[in-house]
Amino acid sequence: MLHPDDIGPTPWAPLRPLPGHVSRGRLERVLRRGEFAVTAEINPPDSADPDEIEHRIKPFEGWVDAINATDGSGAHCHMSSVAVSALLIRMGYSPVTQIACRDHNRIAIQGNVLGAAALGVANILCLTGDGVQAGDHPEAKPVFDLDSISLLDTIRVMRDEKRFLSGRKITSPPLVFVGAAENPFAPPYEFRPIRLGKKIAAGAQFIQTQYCYDVPLFAKFMQRVRDLGLHEKCFILVGVGPLASAKAAKFIRANVPGVHIPDAVIARIEGAKNQRAEGKRLCVEIIQQVRDIAGVSGIHLMAYKQEESISEIVHASGVLAGRMPWRRDLVQMTQAVETQGAA
Amino acid sequence: MRPEDAFAHRGIALPPLPRRSLRLWSVRHAKWLASVYRGFETGLRALDPLFRRIGYDRLERPVAGVERVVKQALFDCRMCGQCVLSATGLSCPMNCPKGLRNGPCGGVRANGNCEVHPEMPCVWVQAYAGAERMGTVATMGQARTPIDHRKAGKSSWLQAARQHAAS
Repeated sequence: MLHPDDIGPTPWAPLRPLPGHVSRGRLERVLRRGEFAVTAEINPPDSADPDEIEHRIKPFEGWVDAINATDGSGAHCHMSSVAVSALLIRMGYSPVTQIACRDHNRIAIQGNVLGAAALGVANILCLTGDGVQAGDHPEAKPVFDLDSISLLDTIRVMRDEKRFLSGRKITSPPLVFVGAAENPFAPPYEFRPIRLGKKIAAGAQFIQTQYCYDVPLFAKFMQRVRDLGLHEKCFILVGVGPLASAKAAKFIRANVPGVHIPDAVIARIEGAKNQRAEGKRLCVEIIQQVRDIAGVSGIHLMAYKQEESISEIVHASGVLAGRMPWRRDLVQMTQAVETQGAA
Repeated sequence: MRPEDAFAHRGIALPPLPRRSLRLWSVRHAKWLASVYRGFETGLRALDPLFRRIGYDRLERPVAGVERVVKQALFDCRMCGQCVLSATGLSCPMNCPKGLRNGPCGGVRANGNCEVHPEMPCVWVQAYAGAERMGTVATMGQARTPIDHRKAGKSSWLQAARQHAAS
């Protein structure tokens, strides 16, 4: 059943403030209660039709605690993250708005943070962003005025010190739970935990990692993270996702920046009769393995073009342990019970 | 100003310069180069009274010109005007196509090369190697504030001398 703290007066209104919480969103509550969180990623449409969001969100309903609205992922142009987030909030979902430094300078970013918070965004993920060479507009000007760390610091200053980078005052600060990404699977490996520490010092409260297909390498990273005590200062959500086929895995490895897929993983999928099913099975196994690593607070499920398999994967992994994340009909049911009780 | 310099500080992706092998050489010899620079900086600070008599504004153009030539040869310096080489293992972070000054992005290739230019070694993989040689890995954990684009083209050497004057 839904936790009483997670039910607001209306599905789209901010929840009542809780002590020790910076935001009024559901994701922070789930994590602070110590529940194993599940987040996922919606692929924003190449369309101005809001019904597309309504349609795309269906497979997520009741299985995830928050949904990342990507910001021009892979440097491809799509509906903006703030707009997708606002549409999701209208329907009652908890989005994680993403901000990539590639496309905006510090003036635009700070304006967007205020606007997003005003529209009800409770979570923001700070990213450097893929280079423009990876996308459909390689001739575009890469901005990169801030990097992910100075972006984290900027939002923390706006929220906690109620001012812009320039020092000008903000009358009502953006109450957002701030996150960052980390890639434990890219060199320089020894520097990655140090970089995570920098991100936490700059203001990161939760982390969503790049796709994990190499559990031993991730366990090594987490060992170092625990040695530095970083797992106690932020919530770490491990990036996972099903591989559709060995061919798709090879394509991702060669073309998506920062994704590391060991040969053994590709060989295993290649050898399977039903590669798609094997990809899902592997994803479930990885979820169960990383769940048992100390310092892991949840998973971030990126099922690109396989969104329909989210329920199956989350269910099979058993990570929700009987818990049911927010669903529209669940809230309607709760309200119906309450009105009946009152009558 | 060379045409590419006008864009360098904005993090615009440029093809790696042909001299980049010298940049890598500098990182390999980071330890003694850094100690040479420390001696040089001490000299700069000692010259502060003289600089003040001549006038820092008057010195800006000629000193920045010399600094550009020397640092461009050794580090492929982009004259951001707020040099952090001593904290980045003598690998200039302005050569990162994303202009990252706080560490590597998540796109570094398994062979340690850049996401944007597959044939170029990642400046932050180099920075970590250089910092290990210099024994300054610990300082890499300090976050850097966003770059001040107004300082592009200005001399970092004169700033080092001036800072001494202010302190």
